Amino acid sequence: VSTQSTWKSDRVALHKNIGLRVQWYEYQNNGAIPGVRSVSQMLSNMLYYRRFFPYYTFNLLAGVDENGEGVVFGYDAVGCTEPQKYGCSGSGNALIEPILDNQVLRQHQTKAGGEADFTMQEAVDLIKDAFTSAGERDIYTGDSVEIFVISKDGVKQENFPLKRD
Amino acid sequence: YQRRVHGVAPPARERNPFSLENQSRNEKLALDGLKPPKCRKTGTTICGVVFKGGVALAADTRATEGPIVADKNCEKIHYIAPNIYCCGAGTAADTENVTAMVASALALQRLNIGKQSRVKQAQTILKQHLFRYQGHVSAALVLGGVDVGGPYLSTVAPHGSTDRLPYVTMGSGSLAAMAVFESEYKDDLTEKEAIDLVHKAILRGIFEDLGSGSNVDIRVIRKDGTEYFRNYDKPNERVFRAPKSYVFPKGSVVVLKETVEHFNTNNGKAPMDIDK
Repeated sequence: VSTQSTWKSDRVALHKNIGLRVQWYEYQNNGAIPGVRSVSQMLSNMLYYRRFFPYYTFNLLAGVDENGEGVVFGYDAVGCTEPQKYGCSGSGNALIEPILDNQVLRQHQTKAGGEADFTMQEAVDLIKDAFTSAGERDIYTGDSVEIFVISKDGVKQENFPLKRD
Repeated sequence: YQRRVHGVAPPARERNPFSLENQSRNEKLALDGLKPPKCRKTGTTICGVVFKGGVALAADTRATEGPIVADKNCEKIHYIAPNIYCCGAGTAADTENVTAMVASALALQRLNIGKQSRVKQAQTILKQHLFRYQGHVSAALVLGGVDVGGPYLSTVAPHGSTDRLPYVTMGSGSLAAMAVFESEYKDDLTEKEAIDLVHKAILRGIFEDLGSGSNVDIRVIRKDGTEYFRNYDKPNERVFRAPKSYVFPKGSVVVLKETVEHFNTNNGKAPMDIDK
């Protein structure tokens, strides 16, 4: 699942192109679905191909890899990426990232015992809290959030309403 | 020309209230590329409507610093006189100070002449002040009150122009609010109808305009007094809170060094009780 923020026309075009490339992979590989890491590298290449007239998008790609581990790939406009435990982008980026830094990595909490190990419900609650808080203080964040939970069993979608002011 | 009363200093507002000593330094810094700090603005939807017997003023409660909400529940309806209030949009510091200045001038005048202040007087002081500063004092106001001439409602724009009207809106959400007024205003509203109308107008500003949000404040001014509905409507309470607690256990943050400095040892006697 990939999400983007900012320029809508570039966002729609890129999204379409990724979808087409994934479809062609399936046709050319007997119906096999490409893994997250393959798609992440492909997206990076697609973005860098337009190095001198970039897609004005700041992407986040998330999925479950071959080992069953969840992974997030954050991108800049020209395709720089790396696998991460969490990522965020957009106007509320500066508001949400510190919450995730603290709650996921738990780097400066000596009593916490290392990085967090969330259940699905805890992770979803954290995201909802983060978006609600960002919606309080960022005028651009609001209305609603679509939450996609990706596991080895498939993708579950939830629409979470936010404050509409 | 100079207005001079013998033996009395001119009112504070006529002496230059602004200190310009940083002017040339700031210009130089700007040339070197330093951007001036962003002012806190009030984004804002403010409006007013005249009804049979008075005026109703209303405002949202969000104050912004660029794209960030600085205050989720600020007060934008300012006191000017017991029978005159003013909603303010634009730079928050400007609206606060300019309305305080007018309130002070009118209070002094009431002490001198012993009569109720007139809204036109507040309007004139405001417009003359704002025009003098050529729009740099960024205050867009909705001024309303009831005096001997009846209900009086007007806007005062940052450059100093005024418009006296039966219904007005200002701020970034003014279009949304004005859309409501243009659809539903009629002459000789009752007080209840006026409150409903301004309430509706501010709600549209809150939801459709990004610079406005949170709650609705309403003030009704009648001949015999005013009524303030602070947070008349609160359609934006926080709904979701994750059940998990964010309390950090004691010892989460490692203390590297601890030093204790004692002040006021009082020679070992019991400390003084200042509140006695």
